[in-house]
Amino acid sequence: MDRVERPLSPHLQVYRPQITSVLSVLHRATGLALSLGVLVLAYWLIAIATGEAAYTEARAMLGGLLFKLCYLGWCFCFFYHLANGIRHLVWDVGLGLERGQYQLSGWLVVAFSLVASVGYSLAVIF
Amino acid sequence: MSLVSPLNRVLGLVSAKEGAEHWWAQRLTAIALVPLGLWFAFALGGLGDLTYDSVVAFIGQPLNSILLILTVLTLSYHSQLGVQVVADDYLHGPSMKAIVIVVVSFAHVTMAVVGVFAVLKVAFGTPG
Repeated sequence: MDRVERPLSPHLQVYRPQITSVLSVLHRATGLALSLGVLVLAYWLIAIATGEAAYTEARAMLGGLLFKLCYLGWCFCFFYHLANGIRHLVWDVGLGLERGQYQLSGWLVVAFSLVASVGYSLAVIF
Repeated sequence: MSLVSPLNRVLGLVSAKEGAEHWWAQRLTAIALVPLGLWFAFALGGLGDLTYDSVVAFIGQPLNSILLILTVLTLSYHSQLGVQVVADDYLHGPSMKAIVIVVVSFAHVTMAVVGVFAVLKVAFGTPG
């Protein structure tokens, strides 16, 4: 069957960004970014298992500036996805779904992930 | 009586009876990853410069090996479920969707096996 190219609803571009929709998109985006982090985790572990020479090589690469910038990003992604994930789990049991509540919890998630990722980065990465 | 139209049944546009399972698995792994993720972040932070000797000694501790294996497995599964939903939602050509889901699934199973194997090798191979 030929598909007719009709405009698709909802027309996201005509909506004003809201705390709910922006955080929802960010949840997916940070999740995707963290999936790439799993790849690096697997590489790090197998380098350790391969032996000291392989690990020294991997450590030189993983400790480079490019990766340090990635860790900063992953750090924010981790704390954001963690906090917003808990927010989703609370919704799943039927709580926090009133307008004022999900707006407040959204801003709390933003505040927490910024503070936690800056704190962690300062303490661990640099 | 089936409520699916005959055309949709022929095209395969019917319930695969797997939606609830996917949803539940995603929540279970999410709950598990709250403590596991925090443990991993703080354990990694506590290892400082991540020298070879320090990471081997860390992974060699039985509790750490077990928690790392749980983290790798749960993380791979949760990541697989999440990336698959994104592929389901945003990729539209049926062949494109199929190719991406095959590649994503293979990659996640491989990452899980690599991670578990590596932890076990270090844990069992740590010289006394």
